[in-house]
Amino acid sequence: MAPALEVRDVVKRYGDKEVLAGVSLTVEDGEFVSLIGPSGSGKSTLLKVIGGLEPAEQGEIRIDGRRAEGRRGLIAYMPQQASLLPWRTVAGNIELALGIAGVPRGEAKRLAREWLGRVGLADYADAWPHTLSGGMQQRVSFIRALLSPQKLMCLDEPFGALDALTRQHMQEWLLSMWEANRRAVLLVTHSIEEALLLSDRIVVLSARPASVLRELAVPFGRPRSAKLWKTPEFAELRDAIYDLLKPAAAGGSDGA
Amino acid sequence: MGNKWMRGWPPLAVIALCAAAWEAAVRLFAIEPYILPSPSAIVREAMQPNVWPRLEMHTLATVWRTLTGLALGVLAGTLLAAVIHLVPGARRAAAPLLVLSQTVPYIVLVPLLLIWLGFGDEPKIVLIMLVCFFPVTVAMLTGLRECDPALRGYLAMIGADRWTIFAKLELPNAVPYLFSGFRIAAAYSVTTTVAAEWFGGGSGLGYYIKLSYSGFQTGRVFAGTIIIIAFSMLMFGLAALIERLVVRWKPEAERRGGHGAGA
Ligand SMILES: Nc1ncnc2c1ncn2[C@@H]1O[C@H](COP(=O)(O)OP(=O)(O)OP(=O)(O)O)[C@@H](O)[C@H]1O
Ligand SMILES: [Mg+2]
Repeated sequence: MAPALEVRDVVKRYGDKEVLAGVSLTVEDGEFVSLIGPSGSGKSTLLKVIGGLEPAEQGEIRIDGRRAEGRRGLIAYMPQQASLLPWRTVAGNIELALGIAGVPRGEAKRLAREWLGRVGLADYADAWPHTLSGGMQQRVSFIRALLSPQKLMCLDEPFGALDALTRQHMQEWLLSMWEANRRAVLLVTHSIEEALLLSDRIVVLSARPASVLRELAVPFGRPRSAKLWKTPEFAELRDAIYDLLKPAAAGGSDGA
Repeated sequence: MGNKWMRGWPPLAVIALCAAAWEAAVRLFAIEPYILPSPSAIVREAMQPNVWPRLEMHTLATVWRTLTGLALGVLAGTLLAAVIHLVPGARRAAAPLLVLSQTVPYIVLVPLLLIWLGFGDEPKIVLIMLVCFFPVTVAMLTGLRECDPALRGYLAMIGADRWTIFAKLELPNAVPYLFSGFRIAAAYSVTTTVAAEWFGGGSGLGYYIKLSYSGFQTGRVFAGTIIIIAFSMLMFGLAALIERLVVRWKPEAERRGGHGAGA
């Protein structure tokens, strides 16, 4: 079976500024992959290239085995900013995205209500987005991607705006849900702990121009629980990734 | 409600004060009524049985013309903006023409329109349309273009086609801009109607004021003018009210402050 996503040697520039310097990665069907890298390294840019929004100078993108450069609508996407239309209600925003992805209207309505309830936002279904806090908007944006029917889900720092407690709660919730459904996920995150807890594999990017510094398999079995945090293996892996991401390490590999 | 009253009374008090000073000055200096009638004299004049019905009739004619011209002008302006926005390259082609059309002084259009369209209502309504459509088109074009790039990127990324982006993002985004254009157009429309009536035809407040002026009926000139002012303010209020009803999604503070859309 073809991988859900294959990125090969993608090079992306904005003017003279090289952002992606030959990035390759794969997400197998039903695999959870996290992408970690310093701020400004080009993680969001890579998702935009995968989603067909930004053209790449070089390289190949395959989604489900088929060439996908410049093709849009093939992934379920959660952008870094919540990106809710201010003139649509919370439920209306979810329904619109599902409608664009081809979900019938009645089904979209039902799903939106049901899942808003599951993330604790049942009372906000008919509210205008600006009346929600940043974290609440992010949860709406998250279930909007979750409900989109495409096989591959690309999440750009889905829990960035949440407080530590809600964040942990959402991580555990995503973990159990993912373990029940096993969908292909590419998750961008700044949190090493989050990546270790959730993923099968972690791809570490260098500072801009981004290239893959290291790929590591996460050895923990499933189902997992948040108790992992306390094991020595977890601490060891976390420290290893932390060392990779240290500015000195990134600068050294660059030779800059 | 109480809040509205608090905001409403200072201007009302100023108006009342001015009227009182006016009344006092006219009486004190014994100014001839054909030069400057006092407010009470204006009201008395307007209430006369041979004046009031005619004022009513001419007011109705002016109101009808203004509303028709404004509605058609706003409609034409909105459609034109949508077409310019949607046809690739049209924006660049149309921009200089739009500006050019604004450099033509409207007053010279009046005789031309009269020659082309006769003395009926058509030339007046066409003139009002021409005056109204420009602010609407410009404001609307700005609103259609200046969408949040993050929203545009997101919709494109999830596979929205051109039409969906227009209908779900650009059009709703342009609505508040459209209203700021509409407010300007509403203000222009009344003055344009009155001016057009002054120049030709046999009805409307512009015509009535001109007639009264020729007959040295200064009181009637003032009565007509006051009605025009009241009508203009009503139009402005109407535009604001419709905007409030249509754009309900905006944060309260942003709505009250308005926003800098437009030319
Ligand atoms: N539209 C653009 N035009 C020019 N440069 C851009 C554009 N978008 C991003 N960049 C640049 O590309 C680089 C990578 O940006 P990107 O948003 O992909 O980083 P990131 O890894 O997602 O960072 P963060 O973790 O802070 O979200 C940055 O230096 C940024 O300035
Ligand atoms: Mg980013």
